Amino acid sequence: MTKRFALGIFDDEDVLLHAIENIRAAGVKIHDVFSPYPVHGIDDALGIERSRLPIAAFFFGLTGLSFALWMQIYMLGFDWPMIIGGKPHIALPAFIPVSFEMTVLFCAHGMVITFFTISKLYPRWKVPVMDVRATDDKFVMAIELKDDASELSRLTQLLRENGASEVNEKEMTQK
Amino acid sequence: MATLTHQDGVTAEHLQLSPSTRKKFITIIAAGVILLIIGVVLAALGIGEEHSAATGHEVGTGAGASAEHHEGSPVWLKRVLVSLWHSNVYFIGIAVIGTFFVALQYVAYAGWSVLIKRINEALSAWLMPGAIIMLIVFFVGRHDLFHWTHDGIMTLGHENYDAIVAGKSGFLNLPFYVIRMVTYLGIWWFFSERLRKLSLEEDINGGTEYFHKSINVGALFLVLFAVSSSMAAWDWVMSIDVHWFSTMFGWYVFASWWVSGIAAVTLAAIYLKQAGYLRFLNANHLHDLGKLMFGFSIFWTYIWFSQFMLIWYANFPEEAVYFNQRLGGFNGHYTWIFYFNLIINFAFPFLVMMTRDAKRQMIMLKIVCIAILIGHWFDFYLMIMPATMKAESGFVIEIGIALIFLGSFLLLFTKRLSQASLVPVHHPFLDESVHHTT
Repeated sequence: MTKRFALGIFDDEDVLLHAIENIRAAGVKIHDVFSPYPVHGIDDALGIERSRLPIAAFFFGLTGLSFALWMQIYMLGFDWPMIIGGKPHIALPAFIPVSFEMTVLFCAHGMVITFFTISKLYPRWKVPVMDVRATDDKFVMAIELKDDASELSRLTQLLRENGASEVNEKEMTQK
Repeated sequence: MATLTHQDGVTAEHLQLSPSTRKKFITIIAAGVILLIIGVVLAALGIGEEHSAATGHEVGTGAGASAEHHEGSPVWLKRVLVSLWHSNVYFIGIAVIGTFFVALQYVAYAGWSVLIKRINEALSAWLMPGAIIMLIVFFVGRHDLFHWTHDGIMTLGHENYDAIVAGKSGFLNLPFYVIRMVTYLGIWWFFSERLRKLSLEEDINGGTEYFHKSINVGALFLVLFAVSSSMAAWDWVMSIDVHWFSTMFGWYVFASWWVSGIAAVTLAAIYLKQAGYLRFLNANHLHDLGKLMFGFSIFWTYIWFSQFMLIWYANFPEEAVYFNQRLGGFNGHYTWIFYFNLIINFAFPFLVMMTRDAKRQMIMLKIVCIAILIGHWFDFYLMIMPATMKAESGFVIEIGIALIFLGSFLLLFTKRLSQASLVPVHHPFLDESVHHTT
């Protein structure tokens, strides 16, 4: 499915933030904004809901913790019990470092994989890019074009008024 | 969009102390005095506190009757002296953390914390009285606190001679100890006053000159504090268990002070905000304070565990005795505090402060701050009491004295807070703090 976008190119992050406010206030729905680095306050300005990634992280962590404890208790307590340093077979203080590491490991990997998947950043042959300059020094605001031809000129004017240095049209093939 | 629109009119705010606030603090002191008197009477009569037979003490009513461990003081007096030391170490730590926080923010070029800077500065109002109390308590009660000060303990051939303690005489001797104590307290007090003075002058004159000077002063303080806080922890707390030592101890005490100090600042900021002050303080600043509290609760636990696990695993008698006394020793006198310490200082803040929303709500922060402040008082209780009081420590005298300290601390803290604007109006990073987002 092919979609058409109007791309407003901005040079400055403050101009961009004010433009987002004004354009949203004018009733235009912004598809997304691409920036070379994280811009403070942009999530609120775009009205993006808070990510639920922390909830996923908690459960990844819990999985790692449970797995580590089960592994150590099963291995050292039941499968092959050994006396180490005169301690009981199931010696919890000795299990804490490994449990901590496994919690962090599961948490970190789980979060990265989840984040890449939901952001569609997984590896593929053809990577859709709105404007490559968004990885260098420009801020790119994408607004989806839906209906008539006059929409583009209307948006061009709106973006220009709000400080866009140029406005382009782009077709994107999306799954 | 409060974060995007420019806010003008950051003006000076002056705290007006109402007589009722002061009355509240005096009530806290009075309650402490009453508890202290009740506690002393109960202890002097030998009722109300458990005495375990396992320690080999008689249930002592007669002052100094059971003399084998008590050198000089009767139990009630010993408890008063030890509690004074305990609460003083705790409160003086919180006081110096105020200065540490300010210095750290300067050196890190941090902007977000400018709005709460005056609270940190005001904490150090307690340093001077705390230092005086510390010196007095040391001279009056050193025999009850420090085993190594006993007569003849370092003299070969004396009946009290202890070869291990004598081996530490190069470091643990009276003149050197007092010189060290005065040096730490002097350094802390000098740098607190210096940073405070620069900050107040900046309020009047403006410009960036004071800011750059503060960075230099702060950097020097941080270096000196790194050494002096660690050594103070050995001197004031670790040398109580004179046969025992831990290389983690300086960090452990610092971690305890640091997280309590952050909790104290957060609590003060919330109370000021709720009283209508600090207009520009918002959930973003509290969020960052909450993150620090959350993070350093975990840091404290990390240090605690690092110390515990190595000793537990190696199981050398001379090291493990420290945890034996606290975990099951003296007929289990301290066992519940050992676990309570971990629950209130780690599990509780960890689970409660985990979500973003909890760190942005005043009520949640308040609960956690109070829990951490109480929890770390117990942490110091667990560090100081077993070696000094054996099984004879209790809570009536100890809490009474803690309340007296709390009330006095708050009186001086709020007094200094009211002496200058709550907002450092000419701080170069003030604007950044006002527009802070997390």
